[in-house]
Amino acid sequence: MPTVIFQLPDGTERKVTAASGTVLMQAAVSNGVQGIVAECGGNASCATCHVYVDAAQSELAGGPNDVEDEMLDFTAAERRPTSRLSCQVQLSDALDGLVVHVPEEQV
Amino acid sequence: MSTGTTRTAGVVVVGGGQAGFSVASTLRACGYAGPVTVCAAEPHLPYQRPPLSKKAHTEPDELRVSLVPESFYAERDIDLRLGDDVVALDLAARTVRTRAGKRVPYSHLVLATGARNRPLPVPGADLAGVHALRSLDDALAVGRALATARDVVVVGGGFIGLELAQVARARGARVAVVELADRLLSRAVSAQLQEHLRQRHEESGVRVLTGTAVHAVEGTDRVRQVVTSAGILPADLVVYGIGAVPRDELARDAGLAVDDGVLVDEQLRSVTDPRVSAVGDCARHPHPHAVGPVRLESVQNATDQGALVGRRLAGQPARYENLPWFWSDQGAVKLQIAGLRVPSDEVRLVAGDTPGRLAAYAFREGRLVAVETLDWPAEHLAARRLLDRPTPVLADELTGTTLGGLARARRAAEVPS
Repeated sequence: MPTVIFQLPDGTERKVTAASGTVLMQAAVSNGVQGIVAECGGNASCATCHVYVDAAQSELAGGPNDVEDEMLDFTAAERRPTSRLSCQVQLSDALDGLVVHVPEEQV
Repeated sequence: MSTGTTRTAGVVVVGGGQAGFSVASTLRACGYAGPVTVCAAEPHLPYQRPPLSKKAHTEPDELRVSLVPESFYAERDIDLRLGDDVVALDLAARTVRTRAGKRVPYSHLVLATGARNRPLPVPGADLAGVHALRSLDDALAVGRALATARDVVVVGGGFIGLELAQVARARGARVAVVELADRLLSRAVSAQLQEHLRQRHEESGVRVLTGTAVHAVEGTDRVRQVVTSAGILPADLVVYGIGAVPRDELARDAGLAVDDGVLVDEQLRSVTDPRVSAVGDCARHPHPHAVGPVRLESVQNATDQGALVGRRLAGQPARYENLPWFWSDQGAVKLQIAGLRVPSDEVRLVAGDTPGRLAAYAFREGRLVAVETLDWPAEHLAARRLLDRPTPVLADELTGTTLGGLARARRAAEVPS
């Protein structure tokens, strides 16, 4: 059961535990993490579940897939090298302790 | 438990869908301190509706996607009354009466009652095996039926019908879509894109019958066949999605102005009573992207209108100007729409650099007003960014480039690196 830490724009953090195989976006939404809007429900259609993976763990989390990569060019908050759509990040025990930063805006 | 006399009147939200939830959560997020009550008809926690017609229906738990966990409401002191919908409004006394017979006072009332499916107006529509699809319970029932269905007839070639047709195909059923109009998605999508959509559905094995009327559903204990103007179709499951009508009768009965939706101003206040607002599928409102007052059925509209009213009641008034957008996942086909097109707009079809990617740009007087895309989410997002800004996109600017290209060029010009 990996644990993920969401760093929120207001400086607070939320620690969430989710089953391995859960999608990061779903872990956020089902735990009421503010700032992960996920309008499309996790189908890589809306880019409103944008997160920045902590730089130190970026390699571990992996990079975006092709469609995700194109979509990240049009997120509401600026794109950074560590940007991901959280609906495309699948949690595993290897990602236990993952830290992600939630951007200021999603839509 | 509460008699309604111990607390001052606050905001009462009628409806526990996406719009009602958005009002309540935004009120608290913006620091509103008064009582917030949400009266919801269904027994379920407010949930996401889009997956209901899009997911494979095999895993009920996968469909049961609550917007937030139950603790969210208690933590924010939101009085969520599940299964106790409002049956009458008393505008003079500023109270609502719930099905359980309680009277709840309000200082402001928000109608977020949504829409109901248009019933299938043919003989046999009440037979077992004939389903509408709107609520979680509907979706669970359709999911159970799909476990054994072999011949599925989908009545209505709109968003819900086409999404469900692909779900049924994926479950191995033979599927026919029967649509009265000459084209699929005849009102929602430009003619240029409709043919491509039809082709994609036919390639996946769905039989598409356009220009076809359903005359009757027949069977003894349960549905056995559907009689149409193009012949008889065998069916052990019929799912219909032939449009929705706003649930505006509470408003009408109370004397509020209603015209296919509760009539509201640009701040989403009832034009009759400023202590009442309406949001989401049940509201008809002026909009800078629309030609006349418009009623929009979408998650984005419900969420954004709820948030606008929540902010307004917390002291941050604004006009509703959000760019409308829509999406529909039909099996492997991803259809997305940004902006509002009218039939007289000029449409230009553009192919993407990868096979299957298509965009339809709609222009009005030379300005881009709406963009429909197939399997091209990045272009959809670019359209949303560009249409949401005051600087118009002119037809000439899209010669030899896509919206994605234009958006990147404009961004580079804004912030020189």
